[in-house]
Amino acid sequence: MAIKGILERFKKGLAKTAQLFNVRSWFGRKVDQAFLDELEGRLIQADVGVAATSRIIESVREAFADQTADENLVAFVKDQLKELLRDPSPDALTVSAKKPSVYLIAGVNGSGKTTSIAKLAQRLRDQGKSVVLAACDTFRAAAADQLSIWAERSGCEIVRGAPGADPASVAHDACQRALARGSEVLIVDTAGRLHTQTHLMRELEKIKSVVQRQIPGAPHEVLLVLDGTNGQNAIRQAEVFTKSIGCTGVILTKLDGTAKGGVVVAVRQTLKLPVKFLGVGEGIEDFQPFDAEAFVESLFS
Amino acid sequence: MFDDLQKRLSSAFKRFRVSGVLTEANMKEGLREVRTALLEADVNFNVVQDFMARIQEQAVGAEVIKKVRPEQQLVKIVHDEMIATMGPSDPTIRFEKTGPTVIMLCGLQGSGKTTTSGKLARLLLSQERRPMLVAADLQRPAAVEQLKVVGEQVGVPVFSEVGVDPVKLCQNAVIEANRKGCDTIILDTAGRLHVDDELMAELVQIEKKVRPHHVYFVCDAMTGQDAVASAAAFNKALELDGVILTKLDGDARGGAALSVRKVTGVPVKFVGKGEKLDKLEPFDPERLVGQMLGMGDIVGLVEAAQATVDAEEARIQQEKMAKGKFDLEDFRKQIIQIKKMGSVQDVMGMFPGMGQMTESLGNIDADSEIRRIQGIIDSMTPRERSRPDLIDIGRRRRIAAGAGVEPSDVSGLVKQFDAMASFVKQMSQMSMLDKIKAMTGLGRAAASNPMAKLMTPKVGTGKRLSPKEREKLRKQREKEDRKKRREQRDQPGA
Repeated sequence: MAIKGILERFKKGLAKTAQLFNVRSWFGRKVDQAFLDELEGRLIQADVGVAATSRIIESVREAFADQTADENLVAFVKDQLKELLRDPSPDALTVSAKKPSVYLIAGVNGSGKTTSIAKLAQRLRDQGKSVVLAACDTFRAAAADQLSIWAERSGCEIVRGAPGADPASVAHDACQRALARGSEVLIVDTAGRLHTQTHLMRELEKIKSVVQRQIPGAPHEVLLVLDGTNGQNAIRQAEVFTKSIGCTGVILTKLDGTAKGGVVVAVRQTLKLPVKFLGVGEGIEDFQPFDAEAFVESLFS
Repeated sequence: MFDDLQKRLSSAFKRFRVSGVLTEANMKEGLREVRTALLEADVNFNVVQDFMARIQEQAVGAEVIKKVRPEQQLVKIVHDEMIATMGPSDPTIRFEKTGPTVIMLCGLQGSGKTTTSGKLARLLLSQERRPMLVAADLQRPAAVEQLKVVGEQVGVPVFSEVGVDPVKLCQNAVIEANRKGCDTIILDTAGRLHVDDELMAELVQIEKKVRPHHVYFVCDAMTGQDAVASAAAFNKALELDGVILTKLDGDARGGAALSVRKVTGVPVKFVGKGEKLDKLEPFDPERLVGQMLGMGDIVGLVEAAQATVDAEEARIQQEKMAKGKFDLEDFRKQIIQIKKMGSVQDVMGMFPGMGQMTESLGNIDADSEIRRIQGIIDSMTPRERSRPDLIDIGRRRRIAAGAGVEPSDVSGLVKQFDAMASFVKQMSQMSMLDKIKAMTGLGRAAASNPMAKLMTPKVGTGKRLSPKEREKLRKQREKEDRKKRREQRDQPGA
């Protein structure tokens, strides 16, 4: 039932993508250059990217050249995508043996960090966990206010600093608070930053090292929030953020529009970063663990 | 992964000889590279297909101009065609003669509407307008507070109300603006998805009731293939008058702009760079196209240089350098000048082909390196700056303490500065651009070699020299050192 619910949600969110991969029209066609070009176009339109697409196309060419497209071909492409996206550790998030488990959230401006954190916090609250939020975005006007409102709604504790305060100091205080309260989870929200801003990336490293010093072994997850409407630049974002703070997973947001989020495939291919969660709507419940099977299936159903 | 197009093309063209005319056969691979570059810049697939057809028409049969390499010629064709597609830019806003001019901003969540509102308000202030911001985003928590803070920073009134719907709020805002004597109103609407019928209907209602004079679509430069779908939907609902492209300060190539322009016909008016509220720039198609093709932003650099470099000061320094009378004080002035142009990383990114170099700098922060050097010089007395040889152990310790560095850093800088004597002479013949390159090279050397802070790192030749060759090199170095010392001695005052 639960699985089916997820599937439904994916289908709804990705209905437009499914239309794009109008599978039936493939059947009975000869697998020639024109066919492959069309397939390529469709993958690229889903933001899968040139490099990742060419690899898929090449393997299709090798396996099906001059044959007639049928269910096997569809299954083959599906398997290719699934293989790529499958997460070896399907456990949603690492849980530390010692409280608290610390999750550091980062991403570029406007990718949906704060909203994702609100949804994640709600999810963890629903599982009966105590959650502390660290509002380390002291730069953007009213960012902490935004997180406070969410914290209140989901019943989380929030630690915030004065506007313009050193975000690392807020992280420090939040660690102390989480330790003192014996909270199970600490989620650290950070200010949006473009990956090209070296000084801001440094700041992020500092936040991480402060957290590390306060709580050995932390952060247990470093999640990069990627905007699902982003194109190939998302790969660069993932590269630079990973280099700087060692991301462990991706939260892919804004998939409820017509954006395809195909860049996940490219991100996975170049960086081996697993997608942990998908944001497929504005509601607090529209936040689901990523399931490669369901994701790919919904593309073709 | 984003090689610049020219480099890409030259590798494609290496595989076959192009002579005389660009033919369909020899062009094929080159065109393929162009296509990949465009797709990686996130230009919409259909737009690319269409575009490629036109390029091919122009490229095939075009005679290869002597002295111009075929890849350069192809880049030129692509470049020109893209600029033609972008159309002329028109960064002016037409204001109403009577009553307030209403500008409405709309777009997806997180595209940067609120920040752009602030930037637009500042731009209007500089045009002697009296803008008012309207917080019509009642969706996102704390969006109203954010706009209030932005308004305060810019020094512009912000209109907000609680407990009303956005349509009514916007109507009230117009009345309020009239009362307050504000002549331009910026409506900051809530971010929404183009498939959200309910929220799109709300926008249409605002448009119907408030009758904005301009509707601008705020578009994130990082948007992928979907840019076309969202822009087209907003255009259909609202009849857009312009696009504001945001977050162009990153390394996104902004292909979305080309797609949006092609599909909706709506021109890009402004571009937003950076979160600071002063950086809304008029859209310049040539610059953006250069960025999309990875060709750098020379215009931007020249403008930045012109804006910051005092011509007279530059002339004096140039003369000093030519005479070899360049001391640490002058060096410090140069650092300050370059810093005024923006971060070193920014400045570097504007050079064609330097994007890679910035990348190769990787974690090395050229900016903080430069700051560190300036810190050391700042801690010196004017006398020490002009005569670094005065710096003994005591002075060195004092300078190091003042700059918060190790004493060895200070002697490292002084040593390096000495070694720069000949280099400085070269610099005097250099353009501003080369100077920055040279300086950042300096920064890199320092960070990668923590022992001798400012020495250039040794580069392996792959071949171990024989003792005889090493001896020869050593003698040569000594000879150069002697020559340098002699020169210094001969310079009065040094």
